[in-house]
Amino acid sequence: MTDRQDNAGRNSPRLSLHVPEPRFRPGDTVDFSHIAVTEAGAQPRPDEACEASETWPLCDDLIRVLGDDDHAHGPWNPRLSADKLRELLRLMALTRTFDNRMYRAQRQGKTSFYLKSSGEEATSVCAAQALDFDDMIFPSYRQQGCMIARGYPIVEMVNQIYSNRADRLKGRQLPILYSARSVNFFTISGNLGTQLPQATGFAMASAMKHDSRIAASWVGEGASAEGDFHAALTFAAVYNAPVVFNVVNNQWAISSFSGLAGGERSTFAARAVGYGIAGLRVDGNDALAVYAAERWAADRARSNKGPTLIEFFTYRAEGHSTSDDPNAYRAKESEAWPLGDPILRLRDHLIAIREWSEERHAEMDRELDEEVREAQREAEKNGILGHGLHHPFHTMFEDVFEELPWHLEEQAAQAIRERQIKWPE
Amino acid sequence: MIPDEEPVTLAEAPARPMTMIEAINDALDIMLERDSDVVMLGQDIGYFGGVFRATAGLQQKYGKTRVFDTPINECGIIGVAVGMGAYGLRPVPEIQFADYIYPGLDQLISEAARLRYRSAGEFVAPITVRSPFGGGIFGGQTHSQSPEALFTHVAGLKTVVPSTPHDAKGLLIAAIEDNDPVIFFEPKRIYNGPFDGYYDRPTKPWKDHADARVPEGYYSIPLGTARLVREGSALTVLAYGTMVHVAEAVCCEKGVDAEIIDLRTLVPLDIEAVEKSVEKTGRCLVVHEATRTSGFGAELAALVQERCFYHLEAPVERVTGFDTPYPHSLEWAYFPGPIRVGEGIDRLMEA
Ligand SMILES: Cc1ncc(C[n+]2csc(CCOP(=O)(O)OP(=O)(O)O)c2C)c(N)n1
Repeated sequence: MTDRQDNAGRNSPRLSLHVPEPRFRPGDTVDFSHIAVTEAGAQPRPDEACEASETWPLCDDLIRVLGDDDHAHGPWNPRLSADKLRELLRLMALTRTFDNRMYRAQRQGKTSFYLKSSGEEATSVCAAQALDFDDMIFPSYRQQGCMIARGYPIVEMVNQIYSNRADRLKGRQLPILYSARSVNFFTISGNLGTQLPQATGFAMASAMKHDSRIAASWVGEGASAEGDFHAALTFAAVYNAPVVFNVVNNQWAISSFSGLAGGERSTFAARAVGYGIAGLRVDGNDALAVYAAERWAADRARSNKGPTLIEFFTYRAEGHSTSDDPNAYRAKESEAWPLGDPILRLRDHLIAIREWSEERHAEMDRELDEEVREAQREAEKNGILGHGLHHPFHTMFEDVFEELPWHLEEQAAQAIRERQIKWPE
Repeated sequence: MIPDEEPVTLAEAPARPMTMIEAINDALDIMLERDSDVVMLGQDIGYFGGVFRATAGLQQKYGKTRVFDTPINECGIIGVAVGMGAYGLRPVPEIQFADYIYPGLDQLISEAARLRYRSAGEFVAPITVRSPFGGGIFGGQTHSQSPEALFTHVAGLKTVVPSTPHDAKGLLIAAIEDNDPVIFFEPKRIYNGPFDGYYDRPTKPWKDHADARVPEGYYSIPLGTARLVREGSALTVLAYGTMVHVAEAVCCEKGVDAEIIDLRTLVPLDIEAVEKSVEKTGRCLVVHEATRTSGFGAELAALVQERCFYHLEAPVERVTGFDTPYPHSLEWAYFPGPIRVGEGIDRLMEA
């Protein structure tokens, strides 16, 4: 194209395009001192029924409960029993153990794909635990902890990952794109962000029917850039829908840092202000803060006070999935993350209040390892991906519609004929 | 502005074997070099070089304002590309997987496709939307789709699908130079090697394939020209993308004297090449991986029927994917592989 006249005699600087760049790239020395680690217990806790605007200062703060002294502090302390704390610890550790084994299973060629939630376990496990079991979860793909927190059988998860003949989803979905209605866990889409307006719709329906259930949805900070996010929050605000939006800000979206989703200019929680809804910004590696914030938002929604946007500030400790190598785009940040590891922090808290010990922790890890191995062995009896123990070919054509139309019947016959040609009995 | 250059005759040009990814990367590199108005944007395409490495090294070479990462918002990626085009740039947005193009459809269908028409030529959208498509990598429902027919159905969009590294480069350059919006679907299963549909045989690399010899430097293959893959007289096979290789393997295996036409561009279609071949052979097989109902094959079958009816000795046959979402574990039961293609040929030849 042709350049226009050089600024036409005006005295103003020429425009330049800003393209966000993360602080560190491979090879750089990591220094996270710019991240404000707030004092645990120092953040006020407004009443659940407060005006939305009362929460807005918290959108630029960071709600923390567990301090450097490993004790719980301040008004957000959910004051859970030691048994409950141990339960949260166990569920988070189970999620991590499960992730590690399934990652290895993918590397061993037992399935096509896997995706861990390492370092982010609190944002799913503790948040799900703070909801009622009946509340509908609209997850993204990194919320395996929500299913585990609701007691979904591990063996069923492995069956899904292996796409084997026992897979309840009939081998149709990519590994980890679960659906688990039995634990009120909505079917996961591969298309980012679509769950958000659906959660709003579910919540609106519940309100229309004078029900007591609410909806809670999770989304990565990267996918919060999708238009669905705006649709979801606009509708939720307009109709005062009983829904909780959890933005899991784990700093990275594959190779793109949070600045590419708008994180350079404001927090993700602060978007609540524009919609006029409640917002909370929470240390996502603090199990107690996560629990307390989610509970606050759930109670608020359930008492007809409307939606809340929560940002869980956390860190994706490993690669995006089995399909990428984070060393290609990310500096060695994990070890330097200033907010620690959610499992170790809760462990240390339990030890500090003399309700746990290193020995019990090691013992628990052994048990969990055995539990997951056992589930894996059980699942492998029903096959791994690509070893023939899949669902019958006809199932491929079922559930496209409630009833099979003629053309799918014909195509099913074709598929079955092809199978007989390829593998004659 | 694009500088004038001595045209290179393709046959004489020095060439070297490339994968399709390398050929695409080379085309993008050349266009960034030649035309300072060419810019690339998309998720993970900058520093990382794209999840399939198609843009590897380009940000490093041309800088962050020529090749850059975007927010995860396909409506935004295509919408801002339209706006950049209105300014006078020549944007090449990437959609990470064709399965994720849908949030950008309004910007493509209602906007990019119609700017020229509704402004009587005042504004145009000279954008090329690149996107990996098709199955065969166990990507499940959301990394496997072939949505080309959604785009061929829209007035004002061009749709291109290469099947070789050689063509990928030349077609991509032509697409970028085109002043209309082009959807450039890259069959990801053949990014790193041709795939003949025999998933249980060892994979082959591109380097031994004749069409992997990619001429160096600038060249373009005009949109709307098909490629004659092999000559024959018994039947005509119309295919594009991965299915070109599957069809070729099956015809060799069966020893049928098929003429295979790689359409390369679906809109505009090289109707002359189609007519000429079908008039000669009298039989026509249409092959695509996409779902069957209202697929591009239906358009092809209708065209052949309308224009070559009196030359036909058998009804036009279609071999396609099934009308289901792309399943994960039954991927190969879904894929229109050698058995399905072979049966299609048999039916045609028996008629
Ligand atoms: C609509 C859509 N566009 C693009 C993608 C490809 N994609 C898959 S995951 C991902 C990154 C998401 O990052 P984020 O939302 O931050 O979640 P995280 O992976 O960090 O949990 C992208 C771009 C997709 N799945 N869906």
